[in-house]
Amino acid sequence: MNPALENIRNTTRRHFLKQTFSGLGGVALGSLVNPHAAGRLVDPMAAKQPHFPAKAKHVIYLHLTGSPPNLDLYDYKPELIKRDGQDCPEEFLKGKQFGFTTGTPKLLGARRKWGRYGKNGLWLSDAIPHLHEVADDLCMIHSLNTDQFNHAPGELFVLTGSSRPGRPSFGSWVTYGLGSPNEDLPGFIVLISSGSQPNGGKNSFGNGFLPPVYQGVQCRSSGDPVLYVTNPEGMDDVTRRRSLDAIQQINAIHAEEYGHPETLTRIAQYELAYRMQTSVPEVMDISREPKNMIEAYGAEPGASSFANNCLLARRLVEKGVRFVQLFDWGWDFHGTNKSTGIGQGLVDKCATVDKPIAMLIKDLKQRGLLEETLIICGGEFGRTPFREGRTAASKVLGRDHYPDCFTIWMAGGGVKGGYSYGATDELGFSVTENKVHVHDFQATLMHLLGFDHKRLTYRFQGRDYRLTDVHGKVVQDLIA
Amino acid sequence: MESLTHCMRITFRILVVATLALVLPQSSQARVDFNRDIRPILSENCFQCHGPDEKARKGGSIKTGGLRLDSHTGATRDIGGYAAVVPGNPTQSELIYLITAEDEEDRMPPKEEGDRLDKNQIGLLWQWVEEGGHYDVHWAYQKPRQPDVPRIESVDLRINNPVDNFISEKLVSNDLTQSPEANPYALARRAALDLTGLPPTPKEVHAFVKDGRPKAFERYVQMLLDKPAYGEHWARMWLDLARYADSAGYADDPLREIWAYRDYVIRSFNQNKPFDQFTIEQIAGDLIKNPTTEQLVATAFHRNTKTNSEGGTNDEEFRNEAVVDRVNTTMAVWMATTIDCAQCHTHKYDPISQEEYFKMFAIFNNTVDEDRKDEMPLLPLYTQEQKAKKRSLDTQIADLRQSFAEKLSGEKDLRHAWEQRLISEDGWIPLVPDRLDIETDSKAEIMVDEDGLISVGDNAAPRDAYTILATIPEKFGSVTGLKLEVPAHEDIWVLNEIELRTVTEAERKDKDPNEEVEQKKIVPKHNLIRPSASFEQEWYVAKDLIDGNRYDRFTGWAVKGNLDRSNQAAFDLAEPIELGEGEKLQIKLFHNFPNRKLKQFKFQLSNLVKPMPAVPFTLLDPLTKKPEARSRQEEAKLLRFFADHYPKLAEEQTAIADLQNKLYAIEPKTTVPVMREVPKSQVRKTHIQHRGNYLDKRAEVTPGTPAIFPPIPKDSISDRLGLAKWLVSNDNPLTARVVVNRHWEALFGQGLVLTSEEFGSQGELPSHPELLDWLAVELMANDWDLKRLLTLMVTSATYRQSSKLIPKLLEKDPDNRWLARGPRFRISAETVRDQALAVSGLMNTAMYGPSVRPLQPEFGLKSAFGGVTDWEPSVGEDKYRRGIYTTWRRSNPYPSMVAFDAPNREFCTIRRDRTNTPLQALVTLNDPVYIEASQALGRRLEAIRGNLDEKLEYGFQLCLSRPPSEKEVEALAGLYEDTRSRYSKNYKSAMKMATIPIGDLPQGANAAQFAAWTVVGNALLNLDEMFLKR
Repeated sequence: MNPALENIRNTTRRHFLKQTFSGLGGVALGSLVNPHAAGRLVDPMAAKQPHFPAKAKHVIYLHLTGSPPNLDLYDYKPELIKRDGQDCPEEFLKGKQFGFTTGTPKLLGARRKWGRYGKNGLWLSDAIPHLHEVADDLCMIHSLNTDQFNHAPGELFVLTGSSRPGRPSFGSWVTYGLGSPNEDLPGFIVLISSGSQPNGGKNSFGNGFLPPVYQGVQCRSSGDPVLYVTNPEGMDDVTRRRSLDAIQQINAIHAEEYGHPETLTRIAQYELAYRMQTSVPEVMDISREPKNMIEAYGAEPGASSFANNCLLARRLVEKGVRFVQLFDWGWDFHGTNKSTGIGQGLVDKCATVDKPIAMLIKDLKQRGLLEETLIICGGEFGRTPFREGRTAASKVLGRDHYPDCFTIWMAGGGVKGGYSYGATDELGFSVTENKVHVHDFQATLMHLLGFDHKRLTYRFQGRDYRLTDVHGKVVQDLIA
Repeated sequence: MESLTHCMRITFRILVVATLALVLPQSSQARVDFNRDIRPILSENCFQCHGPDEKARKGGSIKTGGLRLDSHTGATRDIGGYAAVVPGNPTQSELIYLITAEDEEDRMPPKEEGDRLDKNQIGLLWQWVEEGGHYDVHWAYQKPRQPDVPRIESVDLRINNPVDNFISEKLVSNDLTQSPEANPYALARRAALDLTGLPPTPKEVHAFVKDGRPKAFERYVQMLLDKPAYGEHWARMWLDLARYADSAGYADDPLREIWAYRDYVIRSFNQNKPFDQFTIEQIAGDLIKNPTTEQLVATAFHRNTKTNSEGGTNDEEFRNEAVVDRVNTTMAVWMATTIDCAQCHTHKYDPISQEEYFKMFAIFNNTVDEDRKDEMPLLPLYTQEQKAKKRSLDTQIADLRQSFAEKLSGEKDLRHAWEQRLISEDGWIPLVPDRLDIETDSKAEIMVDEDGLISVGDNAAPRDAYTILATIPEKFGSVTGLKLEVPAHEDIWVLNEIELRTVTEAERKDKDPNEEVEQKKIVPKHNLIRPSASFEQEWYVAKDLIDGNRYDRFTGWAVKGNLDRSNQAAFDLAEPIELGEGEKLQIKLFHNFPNRKLKQFKFQLSNLVKPMPAVPFTLLDPLTKKPEARSRQEEAKLLRFFADHYPKLAEEQTAIADLQNKLYAIEPKTTVPVMREVPKSQVRKTHIQHRGNYLDKRAEVTPGTPAIFPPIPKDSISDRLGLAKWLVSNDNPLTARVVVNRHWEALFGQGLVLTSEEFGSQGELPSHPELLDWLAVELMANDWDLKRLLTLMVTSATYRQSSKLIPKLLEKDPDNRWLARGPRFRISAETVRDQALAVSGLMNTAMYGPSVRPLQPEFGLKSAFGGVTDWEPSVGEDKYRRGIYTTWRRSNPYPSMVAFDAPNREFCTIRRDRTNTPLQALVTLNDPVYIEASQALGRRLEAIRGNLDEKLEYGFQLCLSRPPSEKEVEALAGLYEDTRSRYSKNYKSAMKMATIPIGDLPQGANAAQFAAWTVVGNALLNLDEMFLKR
């Protein structure tokens, strides 16, 4: 083994940088922070302290694209069940726009068995039996409301604070604010299941106007988990290392001759890329998990599924990845066909996520990671307490989009467990207690991570922007 | 009582402030400069609550308009016994009191809003008030004046042109000095990358380096500017601004055909089109008198806005969204003014009110496009050949018609008699169906009156079919024609298809509830032919009612513009119909435009052998006149119509129809969405939208531009053309500066104004204001000649400096603001790609045409509600085209370019980031595109005559445009030898490395050798220097 080579391998990224800098005559890092500078040179992913100490250090955000029907899963409405099939009262329809419903639709009660679970007796339906087991960890918000009733704007609103594309996503803000402790992995990783991109496309995990290092790195379930992380065919690790040595040797000559800090950064980034070539495939390979663990998640090595992604999320957080964002397509329960009906369709869909989510919570807890990992699960808006218009005559039951109230739950990361917050009226049309607007929710998430949402800002086009735009109040009641 | 307390407070204030004056640092500076010293403090700390936005303004008495600090009048006026600024008297000035108050309640800015001012800032404000509290118009809103070129005494400084005088003046005052001139190799590479986006060939470098004559560099620059690659490179920057993409955006992000616009931009740069002309064509090409096709294509600039086709979204909402984007983009691109804030409220920092925002909005609010999936209006573009063919067909048709008309011109009486029958709708009788025989899929309410007028109640099903059953009146005979009549109606309607059948009772029961499923038993349609109509809206013609597309939203009949009249569409039947026992006529009307369905209509049937056509409104007037009262033109028109429809000419009419079909069959080479103004009758009113909500309309506004800028030129009106002329008027204080700054930024890595996106009061002040103004005036005085502007910059001694960074420079000016060294920064995503293709010899230099798809990794995902985002790579040479031709899908832009900071082009991108990440390293190390380039480069080097060192030397020359040092050659020679010896022990790996994906080895080649060359090629492509201009 080449000792010089060994030396490079053992040198951590920051150590490496520091050494090279002192070689350059001790240039102060601080003088190079100007983002307009030709050779900016601060490790943008270095772990940073938030505004105040907080429990949550990682986030796993489970976004169920299309929006699950809160009234069939979490928000128990006996009165709505009783009045199933009756005309929807006019007062609830006046002046409102829906995606696919006009005229007077019929009320639609949940066709599920309901029960109370956990020490505090949270109401949950029988479509999500595994979640019953972790009821004591769930922090339910039943009183969320949004401004949007179409998918793409709704999803962008929840995830970026604006319904228009182009703002940084929640994950980008968090990595921008906290950096990422693992030097060999991206700080913000995105995993997608069920075959479609999220509604907002890449904007839903984009960096907006933040520097692109803060964008979500989408990992694939087949092929290279991170784009081009694998050596080309016919090149083994030794040859790659040998070729990097030659590259770095010439780069070093160049650095000495021209004295540009950016050359040093490039040298360091090539070394990090090299380490990622090993660390990424390793962490993304769930077959390294014990068999019973794979089974407990309902995962299947080599497949592409939400279950696999939950297990991956745990592996990534364990390795120090700051933010893991999951998207799962297929939660738009209009009832336009069987798979989007709230009957068997919903049960089947829930079966693909219920067990892995419950296991994710248990697994993190067992590893002592739940306290510092905030799990969030929900969609972009709610669904109507009535049957949607297009399918009014069909046998399959479905609900239209509904912005006025919906449920998102959290677990771990410093939130109250076995807790239910906010309430809707007896038919589920409007919030009657403790309204939580999307911006309030975002302010609260920021708070859980140790940020004053008003102070985590980024200057762009002459204005300081933040996740919560110019709104948002922290909901203190949710915090343990 | 109140005033008494107030007096006391004031006295108290004077005391506090007076004591404070003693402790403040006395500014040693000369007089303060408002724009340089004061405006930034006020803008940053005060304008949000004490600026132009009346509604947000705080402090002072409301009656007086509150405490306002963005204007002299506002700051000095009496706002209740005191004023914010009392010129010459800091101790009397409320402003000074408030920023120094010890009382937490009074102290400004309030704790929760921001940081306190520091001593230095307070000192400056104090001094400013003392010196009279003068305001200046924000620098960027004052028209640039040609400044005197400073004289530079020092003989040590190289001065090539006035750019250097301005730069040198600041170098001297900052105690810096010019770097020596860069060596010719570095210069050759730098200029080629900057002007063409490609490295120079070794031959070009050689020729330049050996050119000992004077002005060698100037000639080299001219050679580069003359290359077609110049336009391809500079178009990239413009396409970022234009948010050009090959897809429509939003959730489903379907592909959009608009590449003709991209080609227009490339051509314009290569023609060196004056920037003012370039501007006018793009903003208002359609409003120029007799526009050329090129000028119409140019208007696609503002058709690069996104179109939302997600189900359930409101077209009007997203049409508004597109107009908003057009206003914002125009102001950002030409005037570096962020105007977005004013959409919802009056700008908090710059003097632009919400009303003024919507005045700009009004200018853009009257184009025909309306967030439609088909991107109408489209301009079809034909090849030269097609154009010739079309011309020939047009002539044939005209000739034929002319000859019929001539044939019939003698038979005036015959024609006049026919005209009478036409007007009386001879042969048509109304159809009066039974109410119970009518139903709609949406189960809407239905009424029929005694004349057969059918009314359908409100329903919102997005698609809907109406089914009407009817019997034929007794003794009517065979049915030969069908006519649909739609009475005058307020609401816009679109009908997509009409079908006619004969059905038996049994078949009638066999309902067809879901049109996606065909009827169990297929009942054949009766063929409707020869459509005629009273009026046809553009693109929505009666012919499309019988095209077989039931639910294609964009093929159908509509009459926008003539909704206030009763409209008719008539058809002949290909074969007459006779009803048998128990049979009924079934008419189906298909709609796929939510809220645009027919609400009232009736039918008529004809039994004439040749039914009378529907009469176009344009003929109504002449028809009702007596023949002798008609003009010659009117008679000619009627004669043509007669010839087209007179029954005895059926054969000839078929001949014309055949020719017309041939004409329709000519598919355009491409289409491009364009801007087109709506007709006067459909002009939209513009209202202020409260908080930017398009549904919440307030006061109506007229088109116009913000008052802070000079008005639209006198000879123009406030439409897009007037706006375009206003943008490039010599009186516009911003455009020329913004253009200069953007070009400067592209060459030097940062603009003279750092915030190239924002020149308003929240932007940075220019580092070299005189230079900026001098260049701006030069640009305008020289007909907005961009190549001339670039030549000025590139041939300056400033640009030609070495980029070497000595520690002293790094310490004194790490960001190179004062330009004591040459530019050195990372090349763009497209250039990274193009360079690899160029040096490896793979590049296909073909220009223009449809976008191409190079290899990209598969994600196996669809866009939301849309198609797969993966693509089949282009076959053959197309995958080696320059990056500018790569298909730009907004939801999934080409990943290898995204890694190098290419934007998604959802919105206008003024400036790209230049990051340096490990993901970039993975792209150029492992992406098959770069492996193929490495293989091609390796093979290219292997084929060079000479020994290993000579081959490697050539490699450096190819890639880095310079001869290598011995050490560098050694490094790669070592790599080559080591790798080859390893590969020679592993044939399989060697074969893979040498051939995947490029393909078979040359005959008799040694796999290990070629594998090693691939590794060497890959190393060359990954050298730090490759990613930079030096």
